Amino acid sequence: MKTIIIDYGSGNLRSAHRAFERAAKDNKINSQILISDKPADIAAADHIVLPGVGAFKDCYDGLSARKGVMDALHEAVQVQKKPFLGICVGMQLMATEGIEYKGSQGLDWIKGQVRAITPNAEQDLGLKVPHMGWNLLAENIRGRSHKILDGIEMGLHAYFVHSYQFHTDDENETILTTQYGEKITAMVAKDNMVGTQFHPEKSQKLGLDFIANFLNWKP
Amino acid sequence: MSQFMQATQQNNNLKARIIPCLDVRDGRVVKGVNFVGLKDAGDPVECAKIYDAAGADELCFLDITASVEGRGTLLNMVSQTAEQCFMPLTVGGGVRAVEDVRALLLAGADKVGINTSAVKRPELVGECAEKFGNQCIVVAIDAKRVSKDGEVLRWEIFTHGGRTETGIDAVEFAIKVADLGAGEILLTSMDRDGTKSGFNLPLTRAIADAVSIPVIASGGVGNLDHLVEGITEGHASAVLAASIFHFGDYTVEQAKKYMASKGISMRLDGYEN
Repeated sequence: MKTIIIDYGSGNLRSAHRAFERAAKDNKINSQILISDKPADIAAADHIVLPGVGAFKDCYDGLSARKGVMDALHEAVQVQKKPFLGICVGMQLMATEGIEYKGSQGLDWIKGQVRAITPNAEQDLGLKVPHMGWNLLAENIRGRSHKILDGIEMGLHAYFVHSYQFHTDDENETILTTQYGEKITAMVAKDNMVGTQFHPEKSQKLGLDFIANFLNWKP
Repeated sequence: MSQFMQATQQNNNLKARIIPCLDVRDGRVVKGVNFVGLKDAGDPVECAKIYDAAGADELCFLDITASVEGRGTLLNMVSQTAEQCFMPLTVGGGVRAVEDVRALLLAGADKVGINTSAVKRPELVGECAEKFGNQCIVVAIDAKRVSKDGEVLRWEIFTHGGRTETGIDAVEFAIKVADLGAGEILLTSMDRDGTKSGFNLPLTRAIADAVSIPVIASGGVGNLDHLVEGITEGHASAVLAASIFHFGDYTVEQAKKYMASKGISMRLDGYEN
């Protein structure tokens, strides 16, 4: 198997790469992990990962600027329905649009909007932005889970660092949340696509288990 | 615990962080008293592995002599250390330009600390934040008290590992770099570093309350109550310590459980109760 981590000039790519290699090795998953921005590599991959740090618009523009990458992504994820994982801004890019200081369209794969978090809106809790650190994962809707969470117990923490969050139009597409003054979307999913606001590559055992499940996932 | 902290904890599941810090010189972890008189504390790669397994919330790698000796950070050593980290890794030391940040991220850092260069040229903070996102730019502030006894408390910035005085007010500088796009502040008290007498709590609180970004308290931890105070009295989001962990005075697990017993929300995943 081949897994591609898409390089669009942003992000802690090495971190993601190392974590995928470790998760594959520890779980005896035979997958070659590749960092690339070549459309041919996207076409040849079995699993597609879009990492991301930074601003929504910069990331979208970075993807758009790479010749053939958008088309290759659409073909692989929307037409061929290959398993796709977006991490942090890579997850947010699946939204219809992002509302930052400069608005930007997104991939529009999962309907919804990316907006600034407002942890002190209801009452001033003195909560800092970015939302940075380990926060508790919770199921969004009781009893509803996702195959990719098999074997991962609830009540564990994942590592977050972000100032914006993805509000899905359809609440069923928000799988996990976390609490930071307000409810924050922690994981989204639809068909062959999953996305995490948290960083599995930085979430120690929970994260490596999650990545292994993604590599074994057959949507 | 204050009512404010109780209200915060009811609506917030974010945990306080414990960050062991590797002060690295010539490829070895060292820890000095007030940044001089260094004592060897081992191999950074081994330390990273141990702290990852111990459930540390993050790891900090500071190349403490980079600015002094005018050379770049040891990228190879960073890369080997990063191999062992499945938690966030902050690397600092000798970062002067946007390219230095990129190189560290490619070596495996998740966040990059900027210290001396941010004081010399604060715009660098904005340039790096714009390129890589606020969340990966940590401004490291080394501050020392300059007010005399009886005067209103005042602290100033020192650079080059605490060797050079700048005359810049520490609280004003913190506000400025937060505005420029820093995602976090790593605040070290030069008066306390290596003394094991506890964080400089008035300094930590003055800066934590002045900015809307997270502050990591650093410098002076000698026991577990000091870690507790950093959060409850200093209002820090995270506490950093070196010697008490490097020399085995306490384990990360002991520290987390002790803090939790004092009412601070901690991540205790993976530990048996």
